[in-house]
Amino acid sequence: MNSKEFCILLKDSGFNFFSGVPCSLLGPIIQHLTYDKDLQYVPATREDEALGIAVGAYMGGKKPVVLMQNSGLGNSIDALTSLLLLYRFPVLLIISWRGFEENDFIEHSLMGKYMQDFLKTMKIPTIVLSPNELPKQVAEADQMMKKSETPVALVLKKGVVE
Amino acid sequence: MRRHEAVKTITDCFKEAYIIGCNGLISRELHSIEDSPRNFYVLGSMGLPTAIGLGLSLARPDKKIVVVTGDGNQLMSLGALTTVGKLSPENFIEIVLDNECYETTGGQETSSSTTKFHELAKNSGFKHTLYVHSLDRLAIVLHRAVKAKGPILIHAKIEKEKPDPPRAQIDPYKMRKIFMKALATR
Repeated sequence: MNSKEFCILLKDSGFNFFSGVPCSLLGPIIQHLTYDKDLQYVPATREDEALGIAVGAYMGGKKPVVLMQNSGLGNSIDALTSLLLLYRFPVLLIISWRGFEENDFIEHSLMGKYMQDFLKTMKIPTIVLSPNELPKQVAEADQMMKKSETPVALVLKKGVVE
Repeated sequence: MRRHEAVKTITDCFKEAYIIGCNGLISRELHSIEDSPRNFYVLGSMGLPTAIGLGLSLARPDKKIVVVTGDGNQLMSLGALTTVGKLSPENFIEIVLDNECYETTGGQETSSSTTKFHELAKNSGFKHTLYVHSLDRLAIVLHRAVKAKGPILIHAKIEKEKPDPPRAQIDPYKMRKIFMKALATR
């Protein structure tokens, strides 16, 4: 699936408001979100700001998604715990997995290793995206959010969305 | 100008608006004046009221969204002001109540005595930005802000005082449901 098809998949699932901070892995997706007139992408200055924006948009009736690199998870932990989890805001997180299997620049190595542990500790359901299962996985995340009213993380490795 | 007077003036002025209050004494003050269904209390997540207000103002352009925050809170998220300036929602108003300290945690000094929030906002793309240091002036400016097109930021100097009122019992999930219901029905 290419980035455009992935954006259409999100759109068809009802997601209509996006915010985040880019990663080179997310760049093509963000580009399509920006072009699509039906969708809104708000570039935030930090990942926790993007989460705050998504929460506001959710309360205003939108179905929001936040895109970030896993390095941004570090910036996001207070927002995730004391806002999204505490008040139960179902925001879809799309997190690029830099430093996966240490096959990346050195600055990504530690968060690459710890990301899943951080998400697990916060009890945020996490789905590692697989190229052949994207529609099923997005639907699964959507169902989980509806049921639990908590954020769900989709983790995106290099090459999964072209 | 005292915090209580400033917050009361804001709520009196924006009777139809949806108010996002920052964590600490400002939300406590809002709650003690009136626990309105149009109030959203940010209990933790310091630095995020601007972002929450921005997201809401973009999703609901038909409603006035008022963010009431403090100097310490705003200093934690100066970047968010640039995002508001860039997106430029007309229904967004922010009031920074500046007592030059983290009053909730015991009055430790912030860096705001040398920071002009209204100038920062102006240089970030806000439409109207003002500085006030008296209650009379705040009331005049707020009455104008009700009808003006935003984004608007008002930097209001307030007195440093004691940490009062006390914490209120708020259930975060119930509170946000009540707030969302008010948004949906009014």
